[in-house]
Amino acid sequence: MKILVLVKQVPDTATKIRLNPGDAAIQTDGIKWVINPYDEFAIEECLRLKEKHGGEVVVVSMGPARVEEAIRQALAMGADRAVHIVTDAVVDSQVAARALARVCQDEGYDLVVTGKQAVDDDQAQVGPLVAVELGLPQVTVVLKLEVDPDAHQIRAERELEGASEVVELSMPAVVTAQRGLNEPRYPTLPNIMKAKKKEVKSVPLESLGIDTDPWVVVEELTLPPERPAAKILTGEPEEAARELARLLHEEAKVI
Amino acid sequence: MAEGILVVTNQEEGRVRRVAYEMLAVAQELAPGKVTALTFGPGAEHTREGLGRYGADQVVAFNGSAYTRYSSDGFAEAVAKTAESLDVEALLFPANAWGKDLAPRVAGLLKAGLASDCTEIYRRDDGRLGAVRPVYAGKAFARVAIQSPRQVFSLRPNIQAVKETGRAGAALDMDPGLDAASFKAVVTEVLTSPGGQLELTEADIIVSGGRGVKAAENFKVLEDLADALGAAMGSSRPVADEGWVPHSYHIGQTGKVVSPTVYFAVGISGAIQHLAGISGSKYIVAINSDADAPIFKAANYGVVGDLFKVVPALAEEIRAIKKDA
Ligand SMILES: Cc1cc2nc3c(=O)[nH]c(=O)nc-3n(C[C@H](O)[C@H](O)[C@H](O)COP(=O)(O)OP(=O)(O)OC[C@H]3O[C@@H](n4cnc5c(N)ncnc54)[C@H](O)[C@@H]3O)c2cc1C
Repeated sequence: MKILVLVKQVPDTATKIRLNPGDAAIQTDGIKWVINPYDEFAIEECLRLKEKHGGEVVVVSMGPARVEEAIRQALAMGADRAVHIVTDAVVDSQVAARALARVCQDEGYDLVVTGKQAVDDDQAQVGPLVAVELGLPQVTVVLKLEVDPDAHQIRAERELEGASEVVELSMPAVVTAQRGLNEPRYPTLPNIMKAKKKEVKSVPLESLGIDTDPWVVVEELTLPPERPAAKILTGEPEEAARELARLLHEEAKVI
Repeated sequence: MAEGILVVTNQEEGRVRRVAYEMLAVAQELAPGKVTALTFGPGAEHTREGLGRYGADQVVAFNGSAYTRYSSDGFAEAVAKTAESLDVEALLFPANAWGKDLAPRVAGLLKAGLASDCTEIYRRDDGRLGAVRPVYAGKAFARVAIQSPRQVFSLRPNIQAVKETGRAGAALDMDPGLDAASFKAVVTEVLTSPGGQLELTEADIIVSGGRGVKAAENFKVLEDLADALGAAMGSSRPVADEGWVPHSYHIGQTGKVVSPTVYFAVGISGAIQHLAGISGSKYIVAINSDADAPIFKAANYGVVGDLFKVVPALAEEIRAIKKDA
C-alpha cells in the first residue's frame, strides 16, 4: 500500500504570539517550529498501516527551507522518504491543497492522510480540498481507522459533538486525523541517524504549474482584547464563594 | 451578478441547532438579495417554519431518499449545484463537526475561498464580504478578505445573536438530481456517547477541571456545581489524557475551542495552550489554591483557595440564588 502523509510545520503551541500593529503575519524570530500536532497522529497512523499491510509511507510537506527539520523528524519516526514543495510565499489553503494534490498525483497513492487542522491558521480545509482536487472521498476528524487494502474499503469513526459516527468509504481516499486516533511514537536515536540519509526531494512550487494566487487573504492580525484586571477573592472559602456568587449574580448578571 | 446568501445547515428530525438561526441573523444583515436556507434529511421540511421566523426568505429541504444518510461528497455536490443554480454571492455553514466536514468540500467544488470558524462576517466598503476569524486557537484574530467570485464562510456557534424577523420561509422546490448510489463516503452508524453530554462549543456555562482535581472520582464535586448552574463539563488536557474524563472534555489549542458566557477554570493552572481555547469566553472565573497561577491573569473573577472547599460552597450559594429568582 502506498500512503502519502501531508505534514505542515507550525509554531510550537507554547508560542506567545507577537504582532506589530497592522501586521498580517506573526513575528517569527525566536519561534520554535514543530510538526503540526494533528499531523503527528497522521504520521503514526500511516506507520501502523504500513507495519500491518506493508508498503511505503511518503511525507509531502510545503514551505520554506526550515520545513526540512519537520520532514526529517517525520522520517525519523519511520516514514520512508519525502517530497518538499519549496516556497517562501504566503499561501492559503486552496493553493496549498492544489500544490499538495499535484505532488500526490505525480507520486500515486492508495491513501492520503493528514491532520484534521493545522494549529496555526486553524482553517481545517487542506484534507477535504486535496480530496476534491483528486476526486477522492474523505473522512475527517478520525478517531478510529480500519483499512482493508484487499477490498479497497475503509471504515472510520469520526468525532461529532457529544457523539461519533461511522463512515464507510472506498479507497483511495483522504483521511484526517484527530487526537485520540493513536499515541505517536518518539523517534529513536538509530532512526534519527537513519533519517538523515533518507531521500528528500525538493520541488520548487513554481515548477508545479499551478495557480498560486491566494483566494483567502489575511489583511490584518490583532491580539484578543485584554481582560480588565481580575477581582480576586481570598479568605474563608465559604465567604469567598458567597461573594463570588453575588458578583456573578449582581455585577456580571450571568446567573 | 451573483446575489443572495445560501445558509446551509444540518437538522435532526425537524430540529436545527441554534447556530442555524445565528447564521440567518448574520445573512440578513449582509444580504441585499434573498436569504435561502438549505437542509437535508428526513424531517427537513419541518424546519421551514423556524428557519423562516429567524430570517430565511426561502427554504430548500432535500429530504428525498438520497439524503437519508450523510455523505460528504454527495451532500457537497448537492450544495454546490444549489449554490450555482441560485447564483448566490456567498454561502454560510455552521462551524460544527458537520459543517467543518462539508464546507471545504463545497468550497473546493465551487472554486471559492473559504474562511473557517468566523466570529464576525460583515459587508466591506468595497461591497464584498469580509470576516474575522480566530487563528492560533484564539491567541490572535485575523481579518480576512476572500477574492474568489463566490465567498464561503463557516460561523462559529454561540457568538452571534439570533433575530426573529418572520420572513416568508417559502418552500423552494429544487432537485440536484443526484443518486445516492454515486455517493462514495457514507455514514452507516451514529454512536452516541453515554450521558448525552451538553455540547461544549454551544454551552452557555462551562465548569472545567484540571490536574488540581487530583482524581477521576473527585470530578463529582465539579459535576455538582455544573448541575447547580446547568453547565456543561470540560477539562484541561492532562486530565483527559489520564482518563479521568472523556477525551471530548479536552479544551485548548489541541482540543475544543469554546466561547461560553461563563467559564469556570477549577484547579487549572492556565497554560498558554489551555488559555488559547478559552479566550472567547465572556467571563472567566478561576478557582485555584495558588495565588500566582497564570489563570488569574486571564480571569475576570478569581478565588484563591482549596477547590474542595470553595466549589461545594459555591454550588450551595448558586442554588440559593436560583431558588430566590
Ligand atoms: C503540544 C501541546 C499541546 C497542548 N495542548 C493543550 C490543550 O489543548 N489544552 C490544555 O489544557 N493543555 C494543553 N497542553 C498542556 C499544557 O501545556 C499544560 O500542561 C496543561 O494545560 C496543564 O493542565 P492543568 O492546568 O490541569 O494542570 P497543572 O498545570 O498541573 O495545574 C494544576 C493546578 O491546580 C491547582 N491546584 C492543585 N490543587 C488544588 C486545590 N486543592 N484547589 C485548587 N487548586 C488546586 C494548582 O495550583 C495548579 O495551578 C498542551 C501541551 C503541549 C506540549
